[in-house]
Amino acid sequence: MTTNVIDRQANLPNMPDEKGHFGIYGGRFIAETLMAPIEELTKAYEVFKSDPAFIAELDKDLADYVGRPSPVYLASHWSEHLGGANIYLKREDLNHTGAHKVNNTIGQALLAKRMGKTRIIAETGAGQHGVASATVAARLGMECVVYMGEVDVQRQAANVYRMKLLGAKVVPVTSGSKTLKDALNEAMRDWVTNVDNTFYIIGTVAGPHPYPEMVRDFQTVIGREAREQMLAKTGRLPDALVACVGGGSNAIGLFHPFLNDKDVEIYGVEGGGDGLETGRHAAPLCKGKPGVLHGNRTYLMEDENGQIIETHSISAGLDYPGVGPEHAWLKDIGRANYVAVTDTEALDAFHALTKIEGIIPALESSHALAYAAKLAVKMGKGKNILVNLSGRGDKDIHTVAALEGITV
Amino acid sequence: MSRLSKRFADLASNGKKALIPYVTAGDPDPTITVSLMHAMVEAGSDIIEIGVPFSDPMADGPVIQQACERALIHNVSLSDVLDMVTTFRETNQETPVVLMGYLNPVEVMGYQIFAQRAAAAGVDGVLTVDLPPEEAEDLIVAFEANKIDPIFLVSPESTVDRFKQITKYSRGFLYYVSLKGVTGVKSIDAEAVGHKLSELRDYTGLPICVGFGINNAQTAATISKIANGVVVGSAVVKRIAENQNDQAKIIEEVKSFLAGLRQAIDAN
Ligand SMILES: Cc1ncc(COP(=O)(O)O)c(C=O)c1O
Repeated sequence: MTTNVIDRQANLPNMPDEKGHFGIYGGRFIAETLMAPIEELTKAYEVFKSDPAFIAELDKDLADYVGRPSPVYLASHWSEHLGGANIYLKREDLNHTGAHKVNNTIGQALLAKRMGKTRIIAETGAGQHGVASATVAARLGMECVVYMGEVDVQRQAANVYRMKLLGAKVVPVTSGSKTLKDALNEAMRDWVTNVDNTFYIIGTVAGPHPYPEMVRDFQTVIGREAREQMLAKTGRLPDALVACVGGGSNAIGLFHPFLNDKDVEIYGVEGGGDGLETGRHAAPLCKGKPGVLHGNRTYLMEDENGQIIETHSISAGLDYPGVGPEHAWLKDIGRANYVAVTDTEALDAFHALTKIEGIIPALESSHALAYAAKLAVKMGKGKNILVNLSGRGDKDIHTVAALEGITV
Repeated sequence: MSRLSKRFADLASNGKKALIPYVTAGDPDPTITVSLMHAMVEAGSDIIEIGVPFSDPMADGPVIQQACERALIHNVSLSDVLDMVTTFRETNQETPVVLMGYLNPVEVMGYQIFAQRAAAAGVDGVLTVDLPPEEAEDLIVAFEANKIDPIFLVSPESTVDRFKQITKYSRGFLYYVSLKGVTGVKSIDAEAVGHKLSELRDYTGLPICVGFGINNAQTAATISKIANGVVVGSAVVKRIAENQNDQAKIIEEVKSFLAGLRQAIDAN
């Protein structure tokens, strides 16, 4: 048994290095004006991540407030319907606020509190991270400002109202493409201006070091739980993992605890939009090139002059031209596979899971489901696939209804 | 001696301080930039700083962001900016030109090619806003080989450790950011700036220029008493934005604004 475990180890190096590099990716590409707050954050995170009192408080909140551990559910009806491998779902949709995002915002908000910050800022695309940030800010009695692209404010009206109910101020961002990347720029600008009292909660594994590492650490609770749950349920590790990749936080949260289990295949699913061949997509790992944006080196969607280009996905949470640097590294070393599914394929999976299992998935998560369905057929019976069901689809019913010509 | 070092040496021997205006290349459209550069020299500028438009200018306030957006409507690329400098150099070989921009367009062109082309075009210094010294080694090697001065920012929050690291790699001059935040905000506290500059001078003999927040003649005069030069960006770009449909008016407004600054600085 012991030798078997060692055999299965891929023995990947611990990443990132002390400068925040994952191979050639990651790092800290920021203006000098941001260096002091980033160093302050790095030092605080170093201290608290191994502080037993901090970890105990985090674990307690994850249990009592978020509702962890989230279950792993065998989607037996859907698996049978597909006629291939068994599909297991890690139910992050059952978390408080409806997605995995809260695992991270709880962690960062506790850190903010310990650093003596009184004001929280966040960027958001779909609004899930904004809601999760507004939620923890409300609970800790902190001021909260959420930056959101004007386009997203319009397409995610329900989440905007939710944030307002929670006491957050939502600032529509009108620069650039008026979407998630511009919201991130604007939040950074706020941060350099108000560093003394402000903590910036980034919602995914992007940004300058230490964000990709810190957000990953807070999200790996997904993979740690799921690894144990799968061992308990099936007596072995899953044959494959599947997660959607926007910035990459739910994916790395699931993947990371399995990285050294080399027999476990790993698939990250990007937003394929209208199809990779059309150029209208949100798949930097599949189709982009390495470059520098938002403080780190990673794969980007850019034009021939190095300008960042607009992305297209039915899912606002996947509409981001970059991706966490650890995914860039995992792609290059071949440990994980990155693929894309189209809007249409994701929608089909959305309806299938809803009708067959009675679970309405987020459109982001529907991308992972769509790929898992293909993989299940390919891998065949007797294999186990674990999918990260990163969020629930309540926020998306307006989008889906509109596609069918229905106003709700 | 590099064109930048020579310019600062000449200014020092005349007891003068540098006036360094910034404009975004291609704002409001590419046909104006070279004439605007010459006009800024005529108005008494010592060094010209040219912004390379970028889609995500994270360190800039709304004024310069919008300048980038106006330029990007015309797809102004890094390569186009180098061509503009080449044209400027046809009739001006004395005034140093510094490019200010973000790393990604340089990554796409390639460090070596960029350094060679910039040198050939007559660029003297490059400030890559989102490239701190710890990530800059490869680009600095390329710059050194091509006699381009790497210019770095120092901020009010920079620690002594960072002073040392930044000054080690800096050539030409140091760019001191006078306040917390992005370009184009508020007004600045001259006393605090003076204090920080004298601290900095313990670590470097390079000229130190101050930017971010210098938006009128009086501030320019006050700051130039304690610094080797002032960088004026958003206040110039604002005048371009206000007159964006009238090239002659842009040139006239920018010239008269800079002439006023020149006078105020020299009256010290
Ligand atoms: C439910 C859900 N899944 C996934 C994502 C994508 O983010 P990430 O790739 O960081 O997990 C989002 C982002 O809003 C989301 O709301």
